Amino acid sequence: MSVRHALLALLSEGPKYGLQLREEFEARTGEVWPLNVGQVYTTLQRLERDGLAESDGAEEDSPQKTFRITAGGAAELASWLRTPPDLSAPPRDELVMKVLVARQVPGTDVREVIQAHRRYLVQLMQQWTRIKDDEADYDLSVALVVDAELFRLDALVRWLDAADGRIKRAPAQPPGPAPAALPRLRRRIGVHQ
Amino acid sequence: MSALELREVVKTYGSGHAEVHALRGVSLSVAAGQMVAVMGPSGSGKSTLLTIAGSLEDPDSGEVVIGGRALSGMSRNDKARLRRRAVGYVFQDFNLLPGLTAAENVGLPLELDGTPARTAHAAALAALDSLGLAGRAGLFPDQLSGGERQRVAIARAVTGERSVLLADEPSGALDSVNAEAVMRMIHDACKRGVAAVVVTHDAQLASWADRVMFLRDGQVIDQTAPQPGPETLLTPGAQQ
Repeated sequence: MSVRHALLALLSEGPKYGLQLREEFEARTGEVWPLNVGQVYTTLQRLERDGLAESDGAEEDSPQKTFRITAGGAAELASWLRTPPDLSAPPRDELVMKVLVARQVPGTDVREVIQAHRRYLVQLMQQWTRIKDDEADYDLSVALVVDAELFRLDALVRWLDAADGRIKRAPAQPPGPAPAALPRLRRRIGVHQ
Repeated sequence: MSALELREVVKTYGSGHAEVHALRGVSLSVAAGQMVAVMGPSGSGKSTLLTIAGSLEDPDSGEVVIGGRALSGMSRNDKARLRRRAVGYVFQDFNLLPGLTAAENVGLPLELDGTPARTAHAAALAALDSLGLAGRAGLFPDQLSGGERQRVAIARAVTGERSVLLADEPSGALDSVNAEAVMRMIHDACKRGVAAVVVTHDAQLASWADRVMFLRDGQVIDQTAPQPGPETLLTPGAQQ
């Protein structure tokens, strides 16, 4: 989550002061990402230093100090919006690791491990869906954040389902060191360390 | 009292080498106003559970109780009557009759149960209206979109005094917007007191349910616990 660019986006609507930026940031992101006021001011100072925002010159600690976006800041924001985040390397996903590791631990029922995670994820999804049920109380930003969380969690459940099916069909593995599958995968998709 | 209860239901198909244990002692209780989702991979027994819950098939052993009435001692006619009056079905492929309009499809079960045609038609129009389909009542299924067809099927399933709604992958063929609309309608029916069982492999659909049961190889292996309210997700600091 780039606080820096989120603040630039808020400033692109017009000049604002620090506390106002914090309140608007939390409201626009569905209050899912809390932000403390110190973080806002630190980020604003860096934006000023880099020439992406400017202030009205009021005293440094004044809550009424107003910030506005510069031409450079607007260009930086436009470029950031259109630059895809780097998703090329598989993340070091703890859930994936647990399932991979569970296969190597003697006496562990991997499918039971998978089910424990599946149940947890579906329970989380139930909580997010309750928000949808009350959607009239929330704005579009919240609905978009809720959808994003539900699709993210759903993808994990689908992966668990696929893993469950693969493990069920796979022949029993003899005990011993596992083949080095991950380095092979890393080479194949061109991930360099 | 549960609106729908399955007690230790067993169902086996075939025999010898071809024997398939579809359900191995499944119990399930759904209260009025509650939605239960049943998740599981293909072949886990989900659809069999639904057909037995709706008395479309008899279990080999165990009991199905709808509205306090056990099905095991009932005649075929009594079962059929109970099915028409108390149970509504929603299937993935809608199962609408192509030669009937949306309103006629919705009103048909009521007419079959002895409701005068005019009363059944009025009830059908009211149900379609409540699902935002008032202007589509006179159209035939092939003149409706997939989402509209499924809404007609839901209207048909909840019209009358039905207390139990059984849905098998109700939004399987729909896009995510229409799928959510379908689940919202089933959820709204539950708010009015209907007990619903939704069978699905889709976690997003299942997450609308009050309780999710996980089926594997004909057995319930797990279920979700009651959840705290969503406010814990949106409270600052809750994500840490």
